[in-house]
Amino acid sequence: MAIRLARWPSRTTPTLGRHLALAVGAAILLLLLSSQIGAYDDYNLAEVAIFVIAVAGLNVLTGVNGQLSLGHGALMAIGAAARLRGPYLAGATLALAVGLPQIATRYSHVFGGEEGLTVTPPGPPDWLGADFPPERWMAWIAIAAALVTIVLLANLLQSSVGRSFKAVRDHEAAAALAGIDVARTQVHAFVVSSACAGLAGSLFAYWSGLTAPAGFGVALSLQLLSAIVIGGLGSLSGAVWGSIILVIIPALTGGLASSLSLASSVANNLPLAIYGSVLVLAMLLVPNGIDGGLRRLLVLARTRWTGAPSTHKGVVDWDDPSGG
Amino acid sequence: MEQPTLDVADLTVRFGGVVALDRVSLRVEANEIHGIIGPNGAGKTTLFNAVCGFLRPQGGTISYRGRALLGTAPHHLARLGIARTLQGLGLWPGLTVLENVVMGSHARPHFLGSLLGMPAADRLERRLRGQALEVLSELGIADIADARPPAVPYGVQKRVIIARALMARPALLLLDEPASGLSSREMDRLHKLVGSLRQRMSVVVVEHHLDFVMAISQRITVLNFGRVIASGTPADIRGNREVSEAYLGQAVTPSEGAAGA
Repeated sequence: MAIRLARWPSRTTPTLGRHLALAVGAAILLLLLSSQIGAYDDYNLAEVAIFVIAVAGLNVLTGVNGQLSLGHGALMAIGAAARLRGPYLAGATLALAVGLPQIATRYSHVFGGEEGLTVTPPGPPDWLGADFPPERWMAWIAIAAALVTIVLLANLLQSSVGRSFKAVRDHEAAAALAGIDVARTQVHAFVVSSACAGLAGSLFAYWSGLTAPAGFGVALSLQLLSAIVIGGLGSLSGAVWGSIILVIIPALTGGLASSLSLASSVANNLPLAIYGSVLVLAMLLVPNGIDGGLRRLLVLARTRWTGAPSTHKGVVDWDDPSGG
Repeated sequence: MEQPTLDVADLTVRFGGVVALDRVSLRVEANEIHGIIGPNGAGKTTLFNAVCGFLRPQGGTISYRGRALLGTAPHHLARLGIARTLQGLGLWPGLTVLENVVMGSHARPHFLGSLLGMPAADRLERRLRGQALEVLSELGIADIADARPPAVPYGVQKRVIIARALMARPALLLLDEPASGLSSREMDRLHKLVGSLRQRMSVVVVEHHLDFVMAISQRITVLNFGRVIASGTPADIRGNREVSEAYLGQAVTPSEGAAGA
């Protein structure tokens, strides 16, 4: 029976229905969670959800397709700016707008220059009541956007498109001989990834109430990269783990630093030092990321319980949208 | 007369001052198994790379079923009916064996349909998986469909590569050293397989194992230092003196020929 359970949802279930069912389940759990926690935690939850979008997008590009982006923070800025200028536009066109960050500083009368623009976050609708915390509303918006993103990416990764991303990453010549247009595939992965970064950036502007060029620099890009490495390269659940770490560590260590009443030069750098240590530890303990570590645990546990090593024929057909 | 499947004429490829292929010509007829042999560095793989568009020749022409092939990008070949296996395996370790084979088909779902998880994409996926399983069964390796390529033995991986190429339903199959690293039993099986493919397609085999090439080919082209030094039936090649000399002065007989590998 355990085997049968592990095989659900199987390949014969429609892809969209399967992923939507999982997303709805996650949405219910997260809404319940957000209603139980305080405003500050809701604020952090929103940040995690926003990061999930950007990190998952980057993981498609870097983990699944093998292309390295050191400018994803800037791509988020494009989303932030595009959001400010008009309709909700986080699609493929964002990739074409790579030149925008420079424009943002140059045409300061439009984009606010170095100081950026202040953004008024959307308040909760009236039907939720006058005292509904705006942080919780922000969390709901971010969670909804993150779940839609994850469902779409899971669909994509499980299809031939996702497989062609991996084929190009693993062996370009073999991919070309199988009829895959390598350059076009890389552009596709980049567009998908940039669209995610753009969406995350526009939400980030709402979340922080501000968008300034400095906030979307190399530091943010490297943070996003470290998140996919810690979480697990190439998998969507890895992106979720990485985003949680990205938000939780500074939140915890920031509190720690201030409670220890240290000199400000130490206190300001403590979170960064701890984040660095966590990164090093993660590399040593779980070289395939948190997601890879959990998967290995799962296989070990199953082997112990069933008494038989899982074979390639796969009791472990535990559905993995990323295939990784 | 029927058009040749592959017609290479006066093909010249230079890398800097080195002439890798020097006015090489060969014809592969429909339903012919054509062997290409020659010592290391003779230009065998370079010839394949030129046919597949991985490099731009300095002279000559290549045509496939009467259509000029030069200038065609590698990823267009599958759709034209040309499949090729690579010398260094070239499987994708990040995909399962079945997924590797599925991707051999050039039928691809629409990007947007895949993104939205539309039923049409699901249907195509099911159809391709079914086809891929059939191909794997034909090669006797359906039981490893869900394994990752690095987890299966080398000889089996070499069959997976052929399965992926067959998934494209090619009219011309280019095999680059399909027998290297195989046991004699595996080589027998490959022999039978390639022999059976002849009814469906033309096959060009680059190979070091002379016994194997002599046994499966209708015609053989011998390259040495980028030039064709002999071509003809296996019997013609066996009696050719220049060929024997190219192979270190050894007589190319089935028993000693394998030393060429």
